[in-house]
Amino acid sequence: MIALAKLIAARVASSVLTLVLVSLVIFAAASLLPGDAAQETLGQSATPAQIAALRHTMGLDVPAPVRYVRWLKGMAKGDPGQSLVANMPVRDIIAQRLPNSLMLAAMTALVAVPLALALGITGAIYQGRSIDRALNIATIGMVAMPEFLVATLGVLIFSVWLMWLPSIALVSDTSTWFDIVRSCALPVLCLTVVVVAQMARMTRAAVADQLGRPYVEMARLKGVSLRRIVLVHVMPNAIGPVVNAAALSLSYLMGGAIVVETIFNFPGLASLMVNAVTSRDMPLLQACAMIFCGAYLILILIADVVAIVANPRLRAQ
Amino acid sequence: MIRALPWSGRIGLGLVVFWLAVALVGPWLAPHGVGDFVDMDVFSGLSARFPLGSDYLGRDVFSRLLYGARYTVLLGLGAALLASLMGTSLALFSAVNGGWIDEVVSRAMDTLTSIPSKVLALVLVAAFDSTLGLLLVICAITYAPGSFRIARALAMNLLQLDFVTAARARGEGKFYIALGEVLPNMVGPLLADLGLRCVFVVLLLSGLSFLGLGVQPPYADLGSLVRENISGLSDGAPAILAPALAIASLTVGANLLIDAIRTGGDR
Repeated sequence: MIALAKLIAARVASSVLTLVLVSLVIFAAASLLPGDAAQETLGQSATPAQIAALRHTMGLDVPAPVRYVRWLKGMAKGDPGQSLVANMPVRDIIAQRLPNSLMLAAMTALVAVPLALALGITGAIYQGRSIDRALNIATIGMVAMPEFLVATLGVLIFSVWLMWLPSIALVSDTSTWFDIVRSCALPVLCLTVVVVAQMARMTRAAVADQLGRPYVEMARLKGVSLRRIVLVHVMPNAIGPVVNAAALSLSYLMGGAIVVETIFNFPGLASLMVNAVTSRDMPLLQACAMIFCGAYLILILIADVVAIVANPRLRAQ
Repeated sequence: MIRALPWSGRIGLGLVVFWLAVALVGPWLAPHGVGDFVDMDVFSGLSARFPLGSDYLGRDVFSRLLYGARYTVLLGLGAALLASLMGTSLALFSAVNGGWIDEVVSRAMDTLTSIPSKVLALVLVAAFDSTLGLLLVICAITYAPGSFRIARALAMNLLQLDFVTAARARGEGKFYIALGEVLPNMVGPLLADLGLRCVFVVLLLSGLSFLGLGVQPPYADLGSLVRENISGLSDGAPAILAPALAIASLTVGANLLIDAIRTGGDR
């Protein structure tokens, strides 16, 4: 048990180190910007004295390493600075948007994980049969499908032709649960398509691997039904790789959300980040990028820790 | 060789060859100029004169598609080649040197892979700009770490083998071992990886263009065509579906082909 705890602690420490290095990359990239924020804010007509004064208030007149440490300390305390465009604390802007994105991610996970499990287990049970081959081709195709095609097709089918669902996701404090679910249905559908293919493929591989083991053959020879073999014998053994697959695939949500939130005008963190790039609002962009990287690292960390806990051989290493 | 492919692989091969051909000769086949306003109507449907309808300004979608495919395909190929080149050379450098050099380079690449590719690309676009040349470099930087990881794993395995030990015993230099002994033995897997990286780059690039952060006017790749016609979505205009389907047929086709080659046609 102590060895396991040590292994997990080492893995967590490595993630924290990676996050610090990632922050260095993001800070460095944002500092490469030609010209600086003070010049950009004041425009061409500003006098050098005005620019120097603003540079001082924005803290741009100190060397980059000092600014990095200040910024990192601020991020750690939950205060990533002041937005250049909206002229309000980045924390307040993000606080409005983050819950919406988390809700979207949670709804997508709720739909995508059971669906991927069902598809993956079906493929594994009918290995080599036509349904498995059809699923294989379909998931390979879905992996390479651009998110905006899925989204535009979704809008075309469900809101233009069938007129069932709204094409713009409006979320406000007054909307009821039904309204929220209805307006999120299309974004969730698109994100599900983005993540489900990879998840189903990895689930299939994990379950198929177990189905080829001798203990499954033994159970079959005993006359255990296929349903019971999968649910009672195979799933407990495959749960590690399957949770690993789910966590890894959910990390594709980060990329998918950037396109999907923009298409549906969804007031989430990813569309906020795209706006920050367009308006060159560096403090806001840096904060959004750090949140995405943090979430990504947490998902991968979960995947790795589950793999360690589920596999006794990994624990021994 | 084509006979060994399953039908899905043949379809994939057909689509890939088709898009390569369009990228090379497309502009000469275009019935109208890329920026010519030829239709009085906007978002018109399919017709003999405009095979894929007209766009939001009354330009011919078919002609714009033939021109746009060039940017999508060639930028995708170029960026994927550059990514593989950067990843593989760094991997060889780090593998033959070993020790702290390997540690540092691997850690740096791990850091870059820990940033979701779209997030990294957005940060780089904000930091630099999105001219065509910079987009190529940005996409290459985004996907070089993935290529590094695969190339390094391959190189580390090869370095354990007897022929490398023999070369070391002969007193060959690191440079020769990397390029003369290791590299020729990893070409196959690297080519498959290059194909996959092409798919990723095309998806990333058209995604960026779709967000308005990729290829900028007056140039237009397939992603920009989807973006500029987004207002036609409520009419179900072919101007928005055609370029989106074009990208999907390219990426899905390439993915089917790579999968068929990898599984060795045993399905």
